[in-house]
Amino acid sequence: MDLFLQQLLNGLSTGSVYTLVALGLTMVFGVLHIPNFAHGAFYMIGAYVTLTVMTILGLHYWVAMIFSVFVIASLAVLSDRLVYHPLRNASPLQHMIAAVGILLFLEALAQVLWGADYRRMETSYDDVVHIFGLTVTEQRLLILIAAVVIMAALHWFLRKTMIGSAIIAMAQNREGAYLVGINANVISVLTFAISGALAAAAATLASPINLIFPAMGNLVIMKAFVIIIIGGMGSIPGAILGGYLLGVAESFGATYISGDYKDMIAFVLLVIILTVKPTGLFPGRVH
Amino acid sequence: MDKVMNIRNGVILTFIITLLLPFIVQSQYVLHVVTMALIWAISVYGYNMNVGYVGSLSLAHVGFFAIGAYTLGLLTVKAGWNFWLAFMAALVLSAAIGFLVGLVSFRTKGHFFAIYTMCVGFIIYLIIDKWDSLTGGVRGLIGIPHPAPIGPLTFDTLTSQYYLVLFFLAVTILVAKRLLHSLLGRTFLAVNNSEELARAIGISTRKNQLLSFVISCFFAGLAGALYASFVRFIGPDIASIVLGFEMLMYLIIGGIGTLAGPLVGTLLMVWLTQSLQFLQDSRMVLFGPVLVLLVIFYPQGIVGGITNHWRKRRKRSDLKHSESKLPKQVPSHRVNARR
Repeated sequence: MDLFLQQLLNGLSTGSVYTLVALGLTMVFGVLHIPNFAHGAFYMIGAYVTLTVMTILGLHYWVAMIFSVFVIASLAVLSDRLVYHPLRNASPLQHMIAAVGILLFLEALAQVLWGADYRRMETSYDDVVHIFGLTVTEQRLLILIAAVVIMAALHWFLRKTMIGSAIIAMAQNREGAYLVGINANVISVLTFAISGALAAAAATLASPINLIFPAMGNLVIMKAFVIIIIGGMGSIPGAILGGYLLGVAESFGATYISGDYKDMIAFVLLVIILTVKPTGLFPGRVH
Repeated sequence: MDKVMNIRNGVILTFIITLLLPFIVQSQYVLHVVTMALIWAISVYGYNMNVGYVGSLSLAHVGFFAIGAYTLGLLTVKAGWNFWLAFMAALVLSAAIGFLVGLVSFRTKGHFFAIYTMCVGFIIYLIIDKWDSLTGGVRGLIGIPHPAPIGPLTFDTLTSQYYLVLFFLAVTILVAKRLLHSLLGRTFLAVNNSEELARAIGISTRKNQLLSFVISCFFAGLAGALYASFVRFIGPDIASIVLGFEMLMYLIIGGIGTLAGPLVGTLLMVWLTQSLQFLQDSRMVLFGPVLVLLVIFYPQGIVGGITNHWRKRRKRSDLKHSESKLPKQVPSHRVNARR
């Protein structure tokens, strides 16, 4: 029973990271219909920026995170303006290839700037906490709490502010949004900024318990794609639910089935789901 | 008319050069690199038959390359099969698994298809990487034999292997050409231009997509098997999605959907990679933006762009000759119009 709860907690903290990445991906897809393969690269650069700011400028972890959030948000906006915006009338194939180009570029750039070796991010939160008989590192607790705070903030922004409503309107019905005078460019910039910010925050939260290396984003982005297909492309509640589900499923899979194959769970799950239901679990639902 | 002669002469000249290459080039290293490039080209031709002809972007292509390579490697090294029997088995298995995957994956559409195949590709990679007792895991598989002799022909030297690969590339290009100009190729093009319209005139889109997918997997397997017997060492890296992206890049740069594009793109990119060797793994800092710029400003790639240019010029000169008969310009029809 203890092992069960322990793994549940670990799964939820991993799931929080997946959720944050998937949220950014699903928002960009919902609003702009772009499958942003480069999102994983944003995640990876986010981790490196935090690490660099912490080691070179000696800034505190949270300050470094905010710095990284702004840098990656700008990077995401830049990629939208320079690449996706000129391609807005192009075929889906061209979107995907352009995204692959950005991904390859950023990965190689990280290798040039920071080297190919694995790096570790120091954290001041690696003490162990005991709650209800469970042992958990402070960092994992922080991930859990920070993810919930970020999601709550995002929810508030999308539901209670005018500009957040505009994003949702755009996701629900593009033509309708144009008709009531919503500026597509502003929405597109904003959506990319949010998605980049989420990726940077997720990377900064996850880095102390994982390692940082140029290809670290690949597995995460593939899993994020699985999550948004499970949860419905463009659906925010779906991404949250799917993220936590996948995190927990992996954690239990690693414990009770096989640690070697835990990364396969997501992909086998997706293959099964799409085999049974080719349009995803919740087709056409956008919130 | 002289334009056509130019193209034909160009093809003949290229063919003669490739035939004589081992005698022109003395360096074994260069011949080795060229042979590798030709193997990549076979795989990229296979990719083109799916992405370029029918327009469904599969990200599992590199997985079928790996299936071909590992089938040949495992059957010859571990099961001790005859080389050419194992070679045939590699081709059949790649196509058969391609058929099964295609059967399911073409139920999905557009982005879903790309993501689905990406997951399939990654599962193939993980199986190769983790199934230690069969594939050797990260240590890879070593000691794959050279192609066995056929009658008096032996394939122990680099030159003979070059000719073997060249032979298979020539077959691949012939198939690609026959396919493009046949009724089947036109059907593929119709599906590519608009699935709805194709269905409206009675084309079964699913069947054609599946067929092109299986053909593309077959050639991926062929390239993989040739790769395994040429390099004689394979590791899980040959199933990595990054290699798949690289093949996609060769195709886009050469010209997607064109006949010469895969060869031009592959040779050019391999040559560039060789000349930019000092950049090593960071060459993508250069190639990544090139890929993006190409997709934005020149989506037909090198071959597609040149062909379009010629076609326009010929049309213009035709119009000039028949100006008295044709007062108004006929709206030019884009063959490769996308949805």
